[in-house]
Formats: sequence, C-alpha cells, structure tokens
Amino acid sequence: MKYKDYYGILGVKREASGDEIKTAYRKLARKFHPDVSKEKDAEEKFKEVSEAYETLKDAEKRAAYDQLGTYREGQEFRPPPDWGQQYAPGGGSGFNSRAFEDIDLSDLFAGLAGARGRAGGGPRANRPMPGSDYEAVVRISFDQAFHGTEVDLELSALEWDPDGGVRRVPHRVRTRIPRGVTNGEKLRVPGKGGKGANGGPDGDLYLDIEVADHPLYRVSGSDLYIDLPLAPWEAVLGTSVELPTPAGTVTLKVPAGTRAGQQLRLSGRGMMRGAAGAGHLYALVRIEVPSVVDDAQKDLYRQLADSSNFDARAHFVKEASR
Amino acid sequence: MITPIQDAVRFDTVTEVTWTQLVTASGLTEDEVTELVQYGALVPRDPSAPTWTFESRWLVVARHASRLRHDFELDPHAVSVVLSFAERIESLEAELRALRAQLG
Repeated sequence: MKYKDYYGILGVKREASGDEIKTAYRKLARKFHPDVSKEKDAEEKFKEVSEAYETLKDAEKRAAYDQLGTYREGQEFRPPPDWGQQYAPGGGSGFNSRAFEDIDLSDLFAGLAGARGRAGGGPRANRPMPGSDYEAVVRISFDQAFHGTEVDLELSALEWDPDGGVRRVPHRVRTRIPRGVTNGEKLRVPGKGGKGANGGPDGDLYLDIEVADHPLYRVSGSDLYIDLPLAPWEAVLGTSVELPTPAGTVTLKVPAGTRAGQQLRLSGRGMMRGAAGAGHLYALVRIEVPSVVDDAQKDLYRQLADSSNFDARAHFVKEASR
Repeated sequence: MITPIQDAVRFDTVTEVTWTQLVTASGLTEDEVTELVQYGALVPRDPSAPTWTFESRWLVVARHASRLRHDFELDPHAVSVVLSFAERIESLEAELRALRAQLG
C-alpha cells in the first residue's frame, strides 16, 4: 500500500489543531472544488484534499492514521502488526490477515468506518443498509449520443468481509445510454452501485455524460446547428443542396433571396429527447465568395453591379438621420 | 461470463421519485430535505400533499445539495443560496452555448 501524507496534502503540520486543519481544508476546497474551480486537475486535487480531511477531522481516524507511522509520499508501507486490532472494532482480524497491496489508504479508512458501522450500534448493526451510490464519467462521441449506445464500465468496488477486512473487487457494468443525451447530462443506472447489506437495496450508479464535439454539428439543448455555406448566386437564385444530418443526407431546398445569417429549419432532425420528441436541425446560412476570380468573371460581376440598383447599405442613411 | 445490459435512465420532469427515494439517494437527512423545500431549493409536485413526491430531475439537485453540504460544510440555508447561484450559472451557460451554436 502506498503512503499518502495527509498533513502535507492539507499543508499543515502534524501537530496542527482541529481548527487549523478545518481552515486549511476550507481554503483548498474553495480552490479545487469542481463546482468552483476551472483548473485542469481540480477534481483529482479535490478528491485528495477531501480524503485527507475526512481522516484528519475525526479524532479517532486521525489517531489511527498517526499510528501508521511517517513515510515519504507514495512510499510502499504496511500498517504495524497490531494496528487493525487497536483501531478496528471487534479486533479487526480482517486487517491482520489481509494483503494490503490491492487497496489504498482511503480504502483502509473506509474499511475501518465500515467495520465500526457493523460492530457498533447494537440493533443498528443488523438493520438493512442500502449500498453506496457510485459515480462514473462516460465519454462518448457525438454519433453515439445521437443514436444511443451501449457502454461497458470497468469500475472498482470496495467489499467488506464479515471479519472487518476490506478489499477492492472489479465491478463490471454494461449499460445502454439512451439516444439524445447531451454534454453534462446525468443518468442513473438503478441498482448498479454498491451491494446493500442485511437485505438493504443495492446503490445506484450515476453517470456523468461527456460528449465530444463534432466538426459539423453544434448542440444547443435538443437542437442542432450546422453551417450552410452558399455561393452568392445560390443565395440569390435559390438552389438545392445535399445537407448532411446525423441521420443521413437530406436534400434541402434553399429559397431564392436567402440572406446570410438566416436559419433554415429541418423539423425533427435534432436530438431525440424521449417523450418530448426530437429537436430541430438548423442550417445557418453563410455566403461565401470565391477568393480567386478570373477576368471574365470580374467582367460579369461588373455588369451585375452596373445593372443592379440594389443598395446593401440603404438603411445607413435612414438610421443615421434618426 | 456475459454481463446483462441495463438501461441508464434520464432525470426528467415525467418520472416521479418518492420522498424516501429522494432522501435515500441524496444522502441528505429528512430534516435537511424539509428545510431545503422550505427555502424553495427543492420543489415537490404538490407541496400541500400529505406525502411529498418530486419530479426525478430534483434528485440531481438534491445530490448536488448533499455534496455542497458535505464538501463546504454548509448549513441548508447556505446550500439553498449556493444552489440558486449554481442554477443561475447553469442557465447562463446554456444561453451561452445556444448563442455559440447559433453563431458558429
């Protein structure tokens, strides 16, 4: 098992008072909490800080931690032989026989808390206890989000022995992600969290969905947006274009006189939102001009300019005099 | 061994969760949930009903409340204030995303 310097993580001395530990934690929580911080590794940092505080704020856990000894951060170590007997209720025989290599320090203290919960509290020890809820981040592509997908999650779960020992076991979950999920959405997989105890229900698994950006489509709620570049003559005369949509290519009729910035709506071609139906796909018109024009084409443009009485800035005169 | 597949379900306005489900899944105490309802941070379907039920989307808010309560050691009133700021930020971010999507 690798040693974690909880005092170092919180930036306090080993002899720090409870108040000093609390202040240090609050300062770091303010800095690294994922709800507050935009720093790159904020979530990982906050987990470390939170784990250190969970142990050091509790006098009993802190004493147990101190009794482990002092090592370098990340150094391999084993708890002293009598450590489990001293701190795990009921003698904690599981802590003596357990190989510590497959768990980490936070598991060890979770094991202590679990053993305490089982050994203490009289009748509470046998009452049904719901399993813990798990949370996992699921990263999927835009296409997977649009069509729905199946994902295999390889999680690692803590499991307690009847004798108070704790170990990590693989927890594999196959789940179907419904179509139309969006970035940042949360989903629940009922009963796929930790095992309940004494007949208590199993916990749930909560999924945080992260959807990768798509080079063509932009998502806004259940609506999608795609840029539709048109040549000037296509915008003026109207045209039909083959427009890619996530469900396949469609022919879009662009009416004559279409302006830049106009949104052409393709009803029901957006993201599916369950009972609410599908959103729309909007083609956002952009007028592109050729960067290279030969002499013959320039002549045609000049003829057009000479023959047209269209004034693109007519509103300037009107608005400026107001 | 073949692992059976299970559907992941959305939190939406259609599905309902009971009072007990909300309390259990959020990790908040019954008193804390009651207080958050009093402050308007959680809204039951029918506040005058003898037993409250909630749209399932409130489960996400309740879990967020529980995390804020635990991580920042806030009391329920402070949690309700932070939640209202968080909701405002989320709605502004959604507006920003919509504008970005429209602008390209």
